[in-house]
Amino acid sequence: MSNEVILSMRGICMTFPGVKALSNVDFTLRSGEIHALMGENGAGKSTLIKCLTGVNDFEKGEIFMGPEMRPIRNHSTLEAQKNGIATVYQEVNLCPNLSVAENLFIGREPLTKFGTINHKAMLNRARELMKKLDIQVDVTQALENYSIALQQMIAIARAVDMESKVLILDEPTSSLDDNEVEKLFKMMRALRDEGIGIIFVTHFLEQVYAVCDRITVLRNGQLVGEYEISDLPRLKLVAAMMGKDFDDLQSIKSKEDEAVSEEVLIDAKGLSHVRKIKPFDLDIHKGEVIGLTGLLGSGRSELARCIYGADKAQTGTLKVKGKETKINAPIDAMRLGMGLLPDDRKAEGIVEDLSVRENIMLAMQSLAGVVKRIPMEKQMEITKKFIDLLDIKTPSTETLVKQLSGGNQQKVIIARWLATNPDFLILDEPTRGIDVGTKTEIQKLVVDLAHQGKSVIFISSEIEEMLRTCNRLAVLRDGEKVGELTEDLSQESVMKVIAGGERS
Amino acid sequence: MKSVINWLKKVSKKPLFLPLVSVFLVLVINLVYDAIQGNYVFEFLKFELKEGALYGRIIDILNRGSEAAILAIGMTLVVSSSAGTDISVGSVMSLAGSLCCMLLAGFGVTHVRELGELQMPIFVGVIAGIAVAGLCGLFNGFLVAKMKIQPMVATLIFFTAGRAIGLLLTNNKMVYIHLEQFKVFGGKLWIFPTPTVIAAACILVMAIILKTTSLGMYVQSVGINPKASRIAGINSVAIILLCYVICGLFSGVAGIVATSRIYSADSNNIGLNLELDAILAVALGGNSLGGGRFNLAGSIIGAYTIQAITTTMYALGVAKAQAPVYKAIIVILIVVVQSPAVKAYFAHRKAQKEGGLAVAGRS
Repeated sequence: MSNEVILSMRGICMTFPGVKALSNVDFTLRSGEIHALMGENGAGKSTLIKCLTGVNDFEKGEIFMGPEMRPIRNHSTLEAQKNGIATVYQEVNLCPNLSVAENLFIGREPLTKFGTINHKAMLNRARELMKKLDIQVDVTQALENYSIALQQMIAIARAVDMESKVLILDEPTSSLDDNEVEKLFKMMRALRDEGIGIIFVTHFLEQVYAVCDRITVLRNGQLVGEYEISDLPRLKLVAAMMGKDFDDLQSIKSKEDEAVSEEVLIDAKGLSHVRKIKPFDLDIHKGEVIGLTGLLGSGRSELARCIYGADKAQTGTLKVKGKETKINAPIDAMRLGMGLLPDDRKAEGIVEDLSVRENIMLAMQSLAGVVKRIPMEKQMEITKKFIDLLDIKTPSTETLVKQLSGGNQQKVIIARWLATNPDFLILDEPTRGIDVGTKTEIQKLVVDLAHQGKSVIFISSEIEEMLRTCNRLAVLRDGEKVGELTEDLSQESVMKVIAGGERS
Repeated sequence: MKSVINWLKKVSKKPLFLPLVSVFLVLVINLVYDAIQGNYVFEFLKFELKEGALYGRIIDILNRGSEAAILAIGMTLVVSSSAGTDISVGSVMSLAGSLCCMLLAGFGVTHVRELGELQMPIFVGVIAGIAVAGLCGLFNGFLVAKMKIQPMVATLIFFTAGRAIGLLLTNNKMVYIHLEQFKVFGGKLWIFPTPTVIAAACILVMAIILKTTSLGMYVQSVGINPKASRIAGINSVAIILLCYVICGLFSGVAGIVATSRIYSADSNNIGLNLELDAILAVALGGNSLGGGRFNLAGSIIGAYTIQAITTTMYALGVAKAQAPVYKAIIVILIVVVQSPAVKAYFAHRKAQKEGGLAVAGRS
């Protein structure tokens, strides 16, 4: 039974406007295995999953299913379900106010001969299913009465009962605690032993090694390789995910930049935010670029947001320029000369229906207050200055920002902060999803800012980029700051700290 | 010919294009009607001075549409910032009027005929009425901005309770203020109808605020992306709260005007269904009820368009009871023409046509 290939994706290509999301990716799933799909953010994991489930329409490539390798192409998740591919997402897509049994059989309820729902049969079948999968719930209770973990298991049960051969679990463990994760794993193993092929997408390295049999790694929309779990120790996995190949850009940081002023700008002691970041200490000097590194979800964004007040720190003290301060909201941080470029540009960065000018002026105007409107001539002057300085490609100052490309939108937000002339700037993934040319421009800009005596927190998933721009690196793992690296900054040393204890 | 088409294409992209087209359509209906009836063709536009006051259909529209126009100002801000509507404005109008009359007459008194019978100066009563409306706005804003309750549910409270509180204040009776000094707000100022002048003043004040402060940008930014606005230092709770307070204050002003017209506090009827006109005005003005970018001029034109439709109906001899049917038909037409689905359809047609031409050119 085992080792029989049940799903084979060959040469999948997919482009989004301006971005090659997947190029020539192969993926093979065998029955009775748990297969981890790994990769950094933007590597193409979810795009690949969406191609499989019919959410995305890929341009090139083929998908084969079943023992007879029947070619399929799904156009909707419903079609994928009919072909035996079921997906369970991080957020449970069920109806919380319906009962467990109703959720299990919604859309395919057993009927009586009068065409009404046969509640008795439904309850019995639901109980059988729960018993078989060893899920301890009362099927007549509303779904919302159970924890997210149980809801997720119920969602999986529903998928399994629909005779799925392939089960995709997309980040199912993100909101679960250790105990719940263990329960979920037990269920996954049981399903595996029944011959179901499970694709497991996660950011947690530990979990991959706890439950998976095989790993496929993607990077920048390309297949890095498929490995047996025993052939790929943690350090090698991290290396495969991040890519070791240095691109040919030379170092933009000269040696003298390494000398950093003694003056401490930010001094954080024991700041924390429950569930997001454990208490940490961090001091940042004037003119220093400090990098926060770690895998996604390791708390690198959360640490920065905690300083800025985007997520209000719940414990600890923060000194800015030697003075103890309390930051309740971003505006307080801005008054102290801070700025934050958030990692999710669409959700927290751009105000898409406002013009380029309005987007650039936003932070400066909110510092000035609602009553003191910045005169139009000055707004135009500043806008034009930054359009030139950062080479923002826009038809006019009044173009809506949503009409610009991703890289130019990013520049608009950088301009928004530069306009406020900050002392301390937090750049969270400023180069994600932008082309190489713009990337280098932004990296140079960061080094320039440090030259001018400004301090920068730089967060990026790409280690090379950090090595090129940062004076010092702080490493995070599982919501905790685990170390700092000042000397001997190399890929090897950084990855070692990111991966943590060597295993297998 | 081609230049005309190009000009039309350019103009049709302007935000005020559709609201203005709606007004124009209503005008044409009037002209055609007058022509058929054998009246003077421009009867609609005619106005004259009678007994020291302006009369005419267009004057009547501007006069009768005042309350809706005043409400539309506040409603525009509320819709833009919170992506929801304030359905309490009509009831709050009535509450403002009731409080004003009660304070002027004294609790339980139903008629004031002499200046001497007034319990306090008229302007104090008027300001108290507007202030209580502002408080209602503050309450609505608190529920929406701070407690994150859906705007329609939050404002439903005053929608139902507003008139009842008004009845409590007036002891369940109509309170009449038979004084010229009070009637002036709904009467005439020199030769102009006062409501028109008040509406113009309100619009002017708001226009100046939007021109000289950055409130407009704040409101739109919060309406489009509250999270990004917060990161950029804008206090979205305060901005949404402010919008509801402004909306409340304008409801108060509209309430005083409506009360003064009939020189009495009629809790059950003042501002009845006006919240719907105000919301419709915002939509007719080309503003998305999903919040975000707004165009105040559009909303104002929208408000007067609704009144123009109503007035035209009466002029056409439609009975008052049946007028809403025809009004509904016209509104459906205007709203459907502006809907994203129709716009997408025409964009699609255009693309197809161009694509078809390209193919034809190749063969």
